[in-house]
Amino acid sequence: MTTGFSEGLRARIDNIFARYPNRRSALLPVLHLVQRERGFIGPDDEILVAGLCGLRPVEVREVLTFYTMFRREPAGRRLLQVCTNLSCAIRGGGRILDHLRRTLGLEPGQTTPDGRFTLVEVECLGACDKGPCLMVGEKLHEGLTLEAVDKLLRESG
Amino acid sequence: MAEKYLTRSFDPAGPRSFKTYADTGGYSGARKALAEMTPAMVMGEVKAAHLRGRGGAGFPAGLKWGFIPQASPAPKYLCVNADEGEPGTFKDRYILAHDPHLLLEGVVIVSYAVGIHKAYVYVRGEYEELARRLEEAISEAVSQGALGENIFGSGFSLNVLVHRGAGAYICGEETALLESLEGYRGQPRLKPPFPASVGLFGNSTVINNVETLANLPGIILHGADWFLGLGKPKDGGTRLYSVSGSVVKPGVYELPTGTSLREIIFTHAGGLAPGRTLKAVIPGGLSSAILLPGEIDVAMDCDSLAAAGSMIGSAGIIVIDDGVSMKTVLDRVTKFYAHESCGQCTPCRVGTSWIRRIVRRMNGGGRRADDLDRIARLAEAMKGRTFCPFGDAAALPVLALIGKFRTELEG
Ligand SMILES: Cc1cc2nc3c(=O)[nH]c(=O)nc-3n(C[C@H](O)[C@H](O)[C@H](O)COP(=O)(O)O)c2cc1C
Ligand code: SF4
Ligand code: FES
Repeated sequence: MTTGFSEGLRARIDNIFARYPNRRSALLPVLHLVQRERGFIGPDDEILVAGLCGLRPVEVREVLTFYTMFRREPAGRRLLQVCTNLSCAIRGGGRILDHLRRTLGLEPGQTTPDGRFTLVEVECLGACDKGPCLMVGEKLHEGLTLEAVDKLLRESG
Repeated sequence: MAEKYLTRSFDPAGPRSFKTYADTGGYSGARKALAEMTPAMVMGEVKAAHLRGRGGAGFPAGLKWGFIPQASPAPKYLCVNADEGEPGTFKDRYILAHDPHLLLEGVVIVSYAVGIHKAYVYVRGEYEELARRLEEAISEAVSQGALGENIFGSGFSLNVLVHRGAGAYICGEETALLESLEGYRGQPRLKPPFPASVGLFGNSTVINNVETLANLPGIILHGADWFLGLGKPKDGGTRLYSVSGSVVKPGVYELPTGTSLREIIFTHAGGLAPGRTLKAVIPGGLSSAILLPGEIDVAMDCDSLAAAGSMIGSAGIIVIDDGVSMKTVLDRVTKFYAHESCGQCTPCRVGTSWIRRIVRRMNGGGRRADDLDRIARLAEAMKGRTFCPFGDAAALPVLALIGKFRTELEG
């Protein structure tokens, strides 16, 4: 159970509000900030955000469940997002996903028991010329080979 | 060699700073517009240039701005579409990554022409790093007098803000983008009214793609005739072609509008790897109808691609070689649309997920004789019967695949 957002987070949220003519418009940026600080957006966070934006909690949930980047549960310390859309698939995106599945023993959407990695399959990341691509956290890795993936796994987490 | 305007000074090392941009002639288009031209002159020049939208629909930019009621005292908005979700497309990423001031200069020019004082750039959620860099570029421009109050001493003011999406392809559709910016689920609105009359927060709104706006500085500086000379009579300028898939040199190529698809693939993108032969090409992003090797002597402009039964869309060219199974292509295409349908209207929500279920069953070995016909019937039932153009975007590539590769898909 949380009692509220930190002062730093509150200040950043107030900055966001100043950019829009109403508080509802700030909902996506506010949810991004909350997720960045908390790692995910839980039921308590929904209530807090709703209070700040002048919405009902259900309205916050309705929005956050629409967008794939928002998480309602904690993820592993490293979020691995593999692109398997067509251009990456042609260049071996499927092999990268299979390799991660086997190495980590995960299906897309799952987290390793030690909480290090969460594996996700994503749609085109807009870097099709450098495929196959994988995003680790915020960072995009391009032109991957299986060896490069192993190295990334060793160095992350 | 054809003229490269947009990419002439892309810096592979990263985004160009305000100083490098300005030192090489940057912002002189905006300065010229603000100091020497009336808003009507700017709009007239862009109309004469036949600049067609680079986001997908190919609508002439000047004409679109002309729909904004000029007399009204209510605020007007600009929304820059930097959502770039169309699979196979990565040109806007290049502009944001290498030359954010080229976009910002375009933003100043359109805002001056239409009388806009507030602009939001809607950047797709996954481009987090690029969104941050764009914010840095905006601060730089404000501190140099190129944005903010009294731009270049002209008395014209413009506030530009970055708004990040959160992972939803449909938010690239202009009215879904507005919903998303207002803090709702990204579900398209019924048109009319068009955003030009009722847009963001109920006000008149211009929505343009990043690449469309990046063309404005050149048009203002060198004139409509120069721009038309680069491309086709009704479709001016160069285009950023994103080329990916089975080519030796994937990447973004700036070439005249109307360059032949064959030339782009074989001359510029290095052709296919040795030993590989061409099987098919998707010319305008995943939503465009697939072309056979015999159909690639087509000029890459809006009208020629439409005449060839496909569309130029976002000019995202995906090259497919003989090693790729068309079953994989059908699988990827149907998976994408089933995942990205916003669910608001029945033909699309049910159509995309039903097609997906059939394809999964086929891939799992449970094939039935009439599967492809069933898929085609479902796609036909979506076509032209949905709330927004996503329904067509989901139906047309599937119908083209079945029409052109039925034997392989049945095998
Ligand atoms: C399903 C769908 C997705 C779209 N995605 C994008 C996109 O990612 N980027 C974009 O600029 N336009 C996209 N569009 C087109 C926009 O609705 C709109 O036409 C465009 O932003 C207008 O800008 P332009 O005239 O400069 O091209 C999409 C349209 C549809 C129907
Ligand atoms: S066609 Fe599809 S994406 Fe468009 S409104 Fe209907 S359900 Fe949503
Ligand atoms: S298909 Fe993977 S980044 Fe576009």
